[in-house]
Amino acid sequence: MDISNYLYLSAILFTIGAVGVTVRRNAIVVFMCVELMLNATNLAFVTFSRIHGNLAGQVASFFTMVVAACEVVVGLAIIVTIFRSRRSASVDDASLLKR
Amino acid sequence: MLNLALEVGRTQTPEAILFWILGPIAVLCALGMLISAKAVHSALLLAWVMITLAIFYIAQDALFLGIVQVVVYTGAVMMLFLFILMLVVVDSADSLVETIKGQRTTSIVAAVGVGGLLTSLIGRATIGHTEVGLALANVNGNVQGLAEELFTKYVWAFEVVSALLITAALGAMVLAQSQNIKSRTAQRDRSIARFRSGSLAETAGLPSSGVYARHNAVDVPALLPDGSAAPTSISRTLEARGDIIKSDVFELEASEVEEN
Repeated sequence: MDISNYLYLSAILFTIGAVGVTVRRNAIVVFMCVELMLNATNLAFVTFSRIHGNLAGQVASFFTMVVAACEVVVGLAIIVTIFRSRRSASVDDASLLKR
Repeated sequence: MLNLALEVGRTQTPEAILFWILGPIAVLCALGMLISAKAVHSALLLAWVMITLAIFYIAQDALFLGIVQVVVYTGAVMMLFLFILMLVVVDSADSLVETIKGQRTTSIVAAVGVGGLLTSLIGRATIGHTEVGLALANVNGNVQGLAEELFTKYVWAFEVVSALLITAALGAMVLAQSQNIKSRTAQRDRSIARFRSGSLAETAGLPSSGVYARHNAVDVPALLPDGSAAPTSISRTLEARGDIIKSDVFELEASEVEEN
């Protein structure tokens, strides 16, 4: 099997995540799509690490996971705060800058 | 035994079989996450994608990352997502109406373009088709190798990341702390709001749910004087979940009425 198949899979997953971020309107689902994109890049990192034969890619992937965890915590806290004040988790309803 | 299993998994054919079974599953789950209307289904499908990715990591000699993927992503992050879903938006089905005209088509076309660009780049690239393999880098074990990199070359990044984690934890605590954004609504405020709502029909409060000879619970609507069901007498959450019994189930047949 050609090892670049993993890279193709990673590109496909990244694309699906990108579509989700732009199309979906529930803030939590948008967040999940961001997670999917981060995971896709992690797969690419791990594959490159194997291609080049050193562990730098895996270290980068590890750091991505840590940053993703931070992002999830802060993002979900923001969603909860917005929901508390406006009773909605739709990204369309939070057009604060318009008014 | 484990070493033997890893040895077998690394040969060409088993890995190809693994890839061609789990790869399509991952893509299908991701697509399902994209199109499912309920956020809970999306979360479960995303958990599947993450588990398949963890298996791919382990198949590619990244044992530590595979385990971390399961523990951190499918364990902690997805549970956090489900927790917030339960807390915030149980009945939030996405509305499928476009607010910006042509946004959906534009974004799908753009994303397919990006995907095509990426795949064609991977196809044309000269590197990425042969592998050096991690046998040499993992000679002391994957965890030991990663630790050596982390605590020598990347120790500064590691420290910065720890500062980031603490900041994120503090930020989440500050954000989630409930300062009262609006003043607390008391009985008096609610009463005033009812009178100012425009119609006086609900000033005495909403009707309670129906009481029938064979059923007395909150999932049946009360009857209006003309015999039709009163929609305001049941909770909106029950309605969204579809947990409502129609009142005409309890209606008596004409023959039963005569006997009585």
